Amino acid sequence: MSVINIILLSILIVGALWTVLTRSLLRAAIALAFTSAIVAALMFRLDAPLAAVFELSVCTGLISVLFISTISLTYPLSQEEKLQHMQVRMQRFRWLPVIVVALGIGLSLMTVKFTLPALAPQTQSDMRLVMWDLRPLEIFGQVVILLSGAFGVIILFKEAGKK
Amino acid sequence: MSTELLQIFWSFGIFVIILAVIGLYCLLATYNLIRALIGLEILIKAATLSIIVVGYVTGRMALTQALVVTFITIEVVVMAVAIGVVLGIRHFNDSLDTRKIRNIKG
Amino acid sequence: MYHLFVLAPLLTAIILNLPFRRFMKKAAFPVAATLFILQIYGVLFPAPYVRFTALADFFRFNLSADILSRVLLLSAALVLLAALLTGKHFLRHEGKLFNFISLLLIVATGINGIALVRDIFSLYVFIEITGVTSFILITLDKERYALEAVFNYIVLSAIATIMMLFSIALLLLFAGDTSFTAINAALTHGPQTFLVSFAMLMFVAALFIKGGVVPFHGWLPDAYSAAPACVSLLLAGVVTKALGIYGLVRVVTSLSGNNFVLNQIFLLVGTVSIVVGAFAALGQVSFKRMLAYSSISQIGYIVVGLGCGSALGIFGAIFHLFNHSIFKSTLFVNSAAVELKTGTRSMDKMGGLAQQMPITGITSIVSSLSAAGIPPLAGFWSKLLIIVALWSGGHYSYAVIAVVAGVVTLAYFLMMQRKVFFGKLNEEFSGVKEAGWALTLPAIILTAITIGVGLIFPFLPGIPKL
Repeated sequence: MSVINIILLSILIVGALWTVLTRSLLRAAIALAFTSAIVAALMFRLDAPLAAVFELSVCTGLISVLFISTISLTYPLSQEEKLQHMQVRMQRFRWLPVIVVALGIGLSLMTVKFTLPALAPQTQSDMRLVMWDLRPLEIFGQVVILLSGAFGVIILFKEAGKK
Repeated sequence: MSTELLQIFWSFGIFVIILAVIGLYCLLATYNLIRALIGLEILIKAATLSIIVVGYVTGRMALTQALVVTFITIEVVVMAVAIGVVLGIRHFNDSLDTRKIRNIKG
Repeated sequence: MYHLFVLAPLLTAIILNLPFRRFMKKAAFPVAATLFILQIYGVLFPAPYVRFTALADFFRFNLSADILSRVLLLSAALVLLAALLTGKHFLRHEGKLFNFISLLLIVATGINGIALVRDIFSLYVFIEITGVTSFILITLDKERYALEAVFNYIVLSAIATIMMLFSIALLLLFAGDTSFTAINAALTHGPQTFLVSFAMLMFVAALFIKGGVVPFHGWLPDAYSAAPACVSLLLAGVVTKALGIYGLVRVVTSLSGNNFVLNQIFLLVGTVSIVVGAFAALGQVSFKRMLAYSSISQIGYIVVGLGCGSALGIFGAIFHLFNHSIFKSTLFVNSAAVELKTGTRSMDKMGGLAQQMPITGITSIVSSLSAAGIPPLAGFWSKLLIIVALWSGGHYSYAVIAVVAGVVTLAYFLMMQRKVFFGKLNEEFSGVKEAGWALTLPAIILTAITIGVGLIFPFLPGIPKL
């Protein structure tokens, strides 16, 4: 278990905590992008380069842009309300770091004894060929859901502008 | 399976569980709709990481990468639809606070 | 051969959206109706389609059908046809009807995919396709109430998705592949550790959330009553069942076989659903909310049937799945007709509509009796099978509760009939006439199917002799 993995995982947890506990929504969206980048780095470490690149481009890029544009489109509160809101918020969220630390210590003390079954070695080791030869139904599913997402965006966003 | 792989699985597993708990807490304890979506997104990352770890431990990285790519595509579309709905709700109300949007009759 | 079920609706949806706008808007309705009728034909008489093997060489999908898949395909085609006809009357604006038809075709792709796949991850992909499209369909009218209800539904459905993915990851650890056969081999012959049971429990809990089983049913009444009438019809008739209940039947038949712990969970959760749904439906004022709680109760019957542990129970559950699609869709079509003509959903304001709307009244009486399990309608046979399976399995208290809840079902349906169709006619509605052909034709067809199946059922070959 190498040290770099442990360091990356710890930075991941710190990043996720920052996302949840931070005050302004905009910083939360940026922290979410940072967390996605650390997840992509972990995927690179675990020999999954294609999935890591996908996660970087889609989650770090697309979803963060979506969130930041939504936050700027729905910018609501005045300064006074914002200050009050933040203090009340911290009271609800102060339990989270405590739970995280307790859970971490508790789980690492647990020793799970199970034996993983020996599996047959994989037949195809290139992800692109697996996707095209063994699982074409997933490609089809992605096409359908992108089409349906396009319909949804047209229907949802068009009339919001008209009204 | 060697014990080293088991150890990797369990240590990654602890962090994945903690990440999932952080995401779930954010989803449940917030009153803001957008922060709920951020919590959901953290949960999605925990699920993605868990699939990759399982792929590494069993040696089937090609299959799990295919599953993860499909999963990310689908979840991006679900997020886009959810954000569209949030914008629609914003259009009808002035704030995104769930305490102020209690329109649903119980 | 089964590729057509998945490819044809998608191709139609793409072609309908090519830029010949005016022609496409006129052609959309007949084309979609033809497609759904062809699907009914294709399920009942599958022989002529084997010519399309060239298609199977290009699209190497792993699709196959067994009896359960064909039941889902048939009920999906019938409910989609009913929703299409209802939508024609309900969505007046021309553009909305066109969007509705395109989305309906993608829902058809999704449900056909759910019915035909043999792989747990592909099942997840098609569940998400159907889910996303039904989210968009619920918000079609852009009402305020609909948007909030659908946000609740999206969040709960996404939590269920995450749980399903975690369990798929754990099952992948033990099985090495995600197909049904591999997971079945891992569950029955592999090591019976805590992780495997935990993974199966999480998967089943995720399907409970998607299927609206108590205690995860919070999104269901809001989503059903906030959606426009044609979409509520689609949700109650086939979408909730395809998302959640079909997966549970697959778990019991193909994945885990006869597992004692799962059976106990199904029995308990199913009975609680039956009771909560029935008693909550008694106190509802809005017509559609009452039908939503009634759906929760009937889904409880299906889950209880799965938990019996015998082939009779599973057969009763699958049969009740089909029957519930038919009679609940009829009731929703009637509710749509009443809502269109009177403009209200509250049952207290209605009354005595049986004289004004005779066809709606008669079909709703027949469907209510089928839902309550009155012979010789179809609902009676499926409920009888489930109760007999419970009794012969030794779960006497559950059988008694199921019978008592059947009486409560009869009670609230009769109350609904009295409030809406009989009783004193409200003066506001004295000029109300029968709803148009597109709202009475599906009701008549579906009621005919209920009566027909109920009469033919005892004479079908191969039915276990009771």
